[in-house]
Amino acid sequence: MKALGNIRICDFTGQLAGAGSTRFLAAFGAQVIRIEDPVDEGRWDILRNMGPFVDERRGADLSGSFNNHNVEKLGITLNLRSPRGRELLAQLVAISDVVSENFAYGVLARMGFDYAKLRSIREDVVYVSNCGFGHSGPYAGFKTWGPIVQAICGLTFSSGLRDQPPAGWGYSYMDHTGAYYMAIAILMALYHRSRTGEGQWVDMSCTEAGASLNGPPLLDYTVNGRRLRRKGMPDSNRSQHPRMAPHGIYPARGDDEWIAIACRDDADWQRLADTVAEPWARESRFATLDGRIQHEDALDENVASLSVAHDKFALAARLQRAGLPAAPVQQPRERIDEDEHNRAWGLWPTVVHEKIGKVRVDGLPVQLSETNWELSRGAACLGQHNDFVYGELLGLDADEIDSLRAEGVI
Amino acid sequence: MTALEGLRVIELSSERGALAGKLLADMGAEVVVVEPPDGDRMRSYEPFLRDEPGPERSLYWWHYNTSKLGVTLDLEAEEDRKRFGQLLETADIVIESEEPGRLASLGLDYPTLRAAATRLIYVSITPFGINSPAANESATDLTVLAGGGPVWNCGYDDHSIPPVRGGGNQGYHTACHFAVMSTLVALLAREQSGRGQHIDVSMHAAANVTTEAGSYEWLVAGTTVQRLTGRHASPYPTMPSQIACADGRHVNTGVPPTRPEEFRRLHEWLVELDLLDQLPEAVFLETGAQRDQRIELSRIAEDPEVQAIFGAGREAMNLIAGKLDAYAFFVGAQERGMPVGIVYAPEEVMQDPHFAERGFAVPVEHPELGETFNYPGAPYVFHGTPWKLSRRAPQLGEHNQKILGRLEGPTKKGS
Repeated sequence: MKALGNIRICDFTGQLAGAGSTRFLAAFGAQVIRIEDPVDEGRWDILRNMGPFVDERRGADLSGSFNNHNVEKLGITLNLRSPRGRELLAQLVAISDVVSENFAYGVLARMGFDYAKLRSIREDVVYVSNCGFGHSGPYAGFKTWGPIVQAICGLTFSSGLRDQPPAGWGYSYMDHTGAYYMAIAILMALYHRSRTGEGQWVDMSCTEAGASLNGPPLLDYTVNGRRLRRKGMPDSNRSQHPRMAPHGIYPARGDDEWIAIACRDDADWQRLADTVAEPWARESRFATLDGRIQHEDALDENVASLSVAHDKFALAARLQRAGLPAAPVQQPRERIDEDEHNRAWGLWPTVVHEKIGKVRVDGLPVQLSETNWELSRGAACLGQHNDFVYGELLGLDADEIDSLRAEGVI
Repeated sequence: MTALEGLRVIELSSERGALAGKLLADMGAEVVVVEPPDGDRMRSYEPFLRDEPGPERSLYWWHYNTSKLGVTLDLEAEEDRKRFGQLLETADIVIESEEPGRLASLGLDYPTLRAAATRLIYVSITPFGINSPAANESATDLTVLAGGGPVWNCGYDDHSIPPVRGGGNQGYHTACHFAVMSTLVALLAREQSGRGQHIDVSMHAAANVTTEAGSYEWLVAGTTVQRLTGRHASPYPTMPSQIACADGRHVNTGVPPTRPEEFRRLHEWLVELDLLDQLPEAVFLETGAQRDQRIELSRIAEDPEVQAIFGAGREAMNLIAGKLDAYAFFVGAQERGMPVGIVYAPEEVMQDPHFAERGFAVPVEHPELGETFNYPGAPYVFHGTPWKLSRRAPQLGEHNQKILGRLEGPTKKGS
């Protein structure tokens, strides 16, 4: 049984912040019908024309990032500038459980499909919108993408080292995570509908979702008046909640090689001291957590002087055998091609894309014992499933579909 | 009515799974968090109310356990273990993140329970999955993010500085997001089949598939991204996009302008600020404004005019950002249609007018203190079944009588 085999989604999501949500649902069998604009050849989603690419071929159907975020979905084209296009969308909404989108605020409404309209077509529809600032408030019209969201919500600032500018995340953490919250919103609204028969609109603001992910510093501010913007902070390789020391990312042998080591408590510190057998590890000033925090710079220098002489994998394994949390900072090749946990998990499934061919994609970090996920079909080429959706689902005959093509409606 | 009305969740208390329980509780599920009699470790985590430690004073505990009920049980003691078994019989969902093997040794793992509880959805959150040969490796948020990929992407242009673990326990959060998404999938499956199931969540795997180009650059093209200050790690060098404004706060200037309209507005903004004289290249903004269509970045290398226009746009943004305070630059650029962002410290969100108008900060009453504090609010606005912080986090054993008192069997202990 497919867990979501009875769910159909009329999907306007794009990039990662939206597409990542319906990707998850498609992996569990939801029929996700992704709508794109035939006029600008898919430029609603900038990833269609961006890399990476598997070879020297280029084009809107060949993007590896687009493929990764749209596996298992169906793809159709529909020109919503035309009255006939809007009629067809209404027919599709009428047979869909969910309408999902991450356009900028107001875009879908200007096409004539705000929540009131969607609900007039299908009363129990679940409509989930996801944009940078939501659909109300003074910034509703402002534009964002992942790094902008992360800057505003506080996550860029809270990632950085002492006396350095913000480091940020190095990728769109909030595109991934915004998509996770969007999937949660869709699924919760569907569960409520299954109990009550009622649909609803969920207005997601990605910056709000991001701001909710810094709870303890936010309460430290509202309760104690302490700001994270203060001297010496943030210092996010160290641990403030809870206090731990040593706790950091230390150099290992080789060029740009690093290892993460954490001592959760005094017992972990004893294990570290026993394992490394260095004179500094026996110094009384480091014996207690308070002492280690008071002398944290000296402590970190000592740990670094040790770690830099060792291979990151070998040292991590040795510390793990002693019961300590330690991990190499893994590079893409190491964690994707050589990591035993990921291999055993089947974390990088190969999908088949009509034009790209076989290519690996992100899998899911969950295993469900009865209704597990499956990813095997690559993303749709532009309009690949027009015949299926307009023919089999909406009941148009081949001549009608041909004339829609000729008229530029699809 | 709430979205998850009528669902009961039993959460075995742990920092690894606490957000999963919170996300369900804040949407209306009855989440009972089960702690050992001396309380969960989270109660000893900083920060504390007015900096005084105490089991009811940890703001970390407060944040991650809103809307939950709390009971204490000693799973090592037979009586309590029996009560826990009875509690599970009332549950739709159990969330646990114990050391792998512990619950099996107590007869409380999924294979033991499933025969008697066919509708139960049992969620395990562990560092590498319950069946991994490394199941018992120790892990913290730091080691999950280091081994799982995010850390490699994150840091500074200067690679003599260590790569960075982003703050806020996001490794735990990502595993919890997948736990909740999967739990909801299992609930919808149960609506059809009547049967529950086991969900095995790997924290390591969750981090691994949450690194965007860090993974797919390798998967697709065999290229390796390298970390860069305040912007996407990339296989190729890119220009800085984070700069310090006049007030010392930073902004992310995003992708420099490409559209004629943007060049026109940028030029006007320079005039408005009386900065035109300081940017000789501003003439190229006028050239850009007169074009029929946007400049194509792919043509920068071969077309000197495109290069000059693009460069002028970038320089103009940098010049203005350096002259204005960060907030003025953020709003000024956005009002002119250019997507930029202020780099707020987390607490600055709580004073921002947009977040205020949407009601992000939510007051939560602490009756025993006679005080009310503002908490971070909703990650999504449900119009039909509102998100809600229904109560502050439970005190130690606060709901023993209410919850355990309903169970059959011997006299219950606790308050």
